Amino acid sequence: MAEVTLLETRGLTRRFGGLTAVDAVDFRLSRGEVRAIIGPNGAGKSTFVGLLSGLIAPGAGSIAFDGQDITRMPAHRRVRAGIAYTFQITNIYPAMTVLENAAIAAQSRLGTGSEAAIEAAARAALAAVGLSDLETRRAGDLAYGHQRLVEVAMGLALAPKLLILDEPTQGLSDAEIANFIAVIRRVAASATVLLIEHNMDVVMALAGRITVMENGRILAEGTPDQITRDPAVQAAYLGGAS
Amino acid sequence: MIRHNPRLFALCLAVIAAVFGAQFVLAGYPVLALTRILILAVFAMGYNMAMGYAGMLSLGHALFFAAGMYAAGMASRYGAVGLPVAFGIGILGAAAVSLGIGLLALRTRTVSFMIVTLMFAQVGYLLTLQFADVTGGDQGLTLSERGFALGPVAVDMTSGAARYNVAAVVFSVVLLGLYALTQGPVGRLFAAVRENPERTRMLGYDVARIRLAAFVLSGTVAGTSGALYGLTFGFIGSSFAEFRTSIEALLYTLVGGPGTLLGPVLGTALMTVLIDRLGGLTAAYPIVVGALLIALTLWFPKGLLGTIRDRWLPWLK
Amino acid sequence: MDLAPYLLLAGLEGLVEASVLMLSALGLSLVFGVMRVVNVAHGEFYMLGAVGGWAIASLVPDHPALGFALALLIAPALVGALAIAADRGILRRIGYDPEATIVATIGLSYIIQQVVLMTFGPDARAVEPPFYLNIRFPWFGYSGYKLFIVAVAAVLVGALWVGLRRSRLGLMMRATQFDRETAQNFGIPVGRVYSGVFAMGAMLAAVAGVLIVPANQAHYLMGHDPLLMSFVVVIVGGLGSIPGTIAAAVLIGLSDGLMSVFFSPTLAKIVSTLLVALVLVFRPQGLFGKAETRA
Repeated sequence: MAEVTLLETRGLTRRFGGLTAVDAVDFRLSRGEVRAIIGPNGAGKSTFVGLLSGLIAPGAGSIAFDGQDITRMPAHRRVRAGIAYTFQITNIYPAMTVLENAAIAAQSRLGTGSEAAIEAAARAALAAVGLSDLETRRAGDLAYGHQRLVEVAMGLALAPKLLILDEPTQGLSDAEIANFIAVIRRVAASATVLLIEHNMDVVMALAGRITVMENGRILAEGTPDQITRDPAVQAAYLGGAS
Repeated sequence: MIRHNPRLFALCLAVIAAVFGAQFVLAGYPVLALTRILILAVFAMGYNMAMGYAGMLSLGHALFFAAGMYAAGMASRYGAVGLPVAFGIGILGAAAVSLGIGLLALRTRTVSFMIVTLMFAQVGYLLTLQFADVTGGDQGLTLSERGFALGPVAVDMTSGAARYNVAAVVFSVVLLGLYALTQGPVGRLFAAVRENPERTRMLGYDVARIRLAAFVLSGTVAGTSGALYGLTFGFIGSSFAEFRTSIEALLYTLVGGPGTLLGPVLGTALMTVLIDRLGGLTAAYPIVVGALLIALTLWFPKGLLGTIRDRWLPWLK
Repeated sequence: MDLAPYLLLAGLEGLVEASVLMLSALGLSLVFGVMRVVNVAHGEFYMLGAVGGWAIASLVPDHPALGFALALLIAPALVGALAIAADRGILRRIGYDPEATIVATIGLSYIIQQVVLMTFGPDARAVEPPFYLNIRFPWFGYSGYKLFIVAVAAVLVGALWVGLRRSRLGLMMRATQFDRETAQNFGIPVGRVYSGVFAMGAMLAAVAGVLIVPANQAHYLMGHDPLLMSFVVVIVGGLGSIPGTIAAAVLIGLSDGLMSVFFSPTLAKIVSTLLVALVLVFRPQGLFGKAETRA
């Protein structure tokens, strides 16, 4: 099948003092796939997606997204270009209602012209994550699992081409994780998904391909099957973790 | 927008109706006091756009009030233009000054922002003193142009009733305009920048530009008030550019409730009436202001309407 | 016509101003450095020192030296007590929120100013210097008392410097400044350190006020300019940096003395205020501070 490249990095590097957090990474993501990045703590996963989203400026290398070079593009313009990013630590507007949270995301795409259109888009995003019943509640009053879903809904309301999720299931209960997997499966029908995840059950349930990082480099890449059988991966990561 | 917060919209209309109705009940001095309240309420509403809605606590809004006042007043005195044109020039002048100051001051945040805005405003005040031969300095300037034609109607600004109705019209337009702005997507965006700038950036917004827009809006409305004040009463002077003017906007907003549309209006009315009542003890005025500033920060940081909003009426925003 | 005598006189005046400024600015800087709040009532503490000094000195009308010595001891102590009350009663209760502190201390400054006006009246009050000594230069004579101010300020700043480096209190202050919570966990009484620092900042301003009264006069509005100039010094020197503050005080005191020879006072104020605002905008760490950015 013909794979269209959505995102590609070449020699992407970022150093913090003496530490090379991301070391000359060449990475390619195809349109429509669900990709998981795994690796031990300190492997450079969060820094890597931070570079993709524009939260962190690269030291060297280039990033191309949807056919254009975005290496120097500021973060907010990358979001407009189609890269949505959800924070590792829940980052919402706690004092506002759930609907307002989603509406702020929706109006980023729709402009401030029509309040009716904004609300409709916000409601659609909330419905997609199953939060319709809670739309008038203060976001900060919700349970933690629901706050994470608010965050995903905000990502969806942007109608992104690429949705980056940084450890989305951290701190969720088993039931919430099952619901989360179902939500992401629906999202994957319309967007490319890149997630950093420690929970291997989530990775195996969602990811079409897996990238393994270690010490700022890509150690291995392949289908879940290939990765679980890769001896280097077993030695470096799977053996120690679970 | 109207369907978004119908109760607040109804309340705004009621306030406007009360404002126009008041002149048939009151006469003489109260009308003059009310005229001042309406004009200063516009100032406080403008201040509230930056301080309450967008979370930028400025200590320099006297500069924008004075920019509007001087641009309008100088145009009227030296420019041989009619009052409506001078008013427009005042608004444009305030917009230009707030854009320039915003571009500089918004590079800083919180405490530095407060000090920087204070210092720029102080420079503005000192400039009005330095160029006293043009501005009138401390003594001020009286403006001789005291009337204008509105189509076939001649409006005489020496008449108390005319001044009151001009102020009431400007007040109403500003109130409704800010209602439309704050109760829809733009107001939500200001609040988003105030509550969580990092998240807002990662939703695709240029936070610096939104802050600048809110700041320029705020300064322009403040300057509209200054222009109206100068042209309405036919006098401009350095004292309006003093630090005290900035503190008054802050005080009115804090009393009424930052981030509520009608809070600054209520705060202006209450404080102006209170100060008039204290007329016999003018010496005590700064003590009252000082004690209120402390008491509000200690026990009442959300002001009157802000507290009512949080306790009982969530639509009062 | 020789310019040298004018420059010497301006330099001397600048040095006196720099000394007073150094004390007052160090107080502001200390408070900002440790507590991370800006005290807008700082200028009123200076004014209270001056007015209080006058009130105390006028209790012993026949012994200027004794009166001055008492003023130098008692006035700052009273101001320090007031500062502790303000810290306990206001700042602590608002949790040292930076913005709320500015608003509350603006309120405090209004109250202090007005109370002084209503108690002592609007007149400027003179205090007799503790001694008369005219130092003769070839071109003019100069007040020995003014040079005494410079000496006292230098000694005080030196003592403060050594004290903060060596003493337990200095150590506790640095620990609190570095990380409030950790300091608390290590058993440092952070609340008392804050009160102490706030009082010390106020007392430095008050000492500056007492020192300047015999040379200038005491007046209820005299706190404005020192507040502004202290801001200027603290900002140019780098917020919270003591050596930077000292260097900036000397630089600004001297240049202000020189500027007043060539410019009108209003124009000099316009230029200095504008420059400092621009420093804060483009180089928030100050001209002498290291380039580490802080929110």
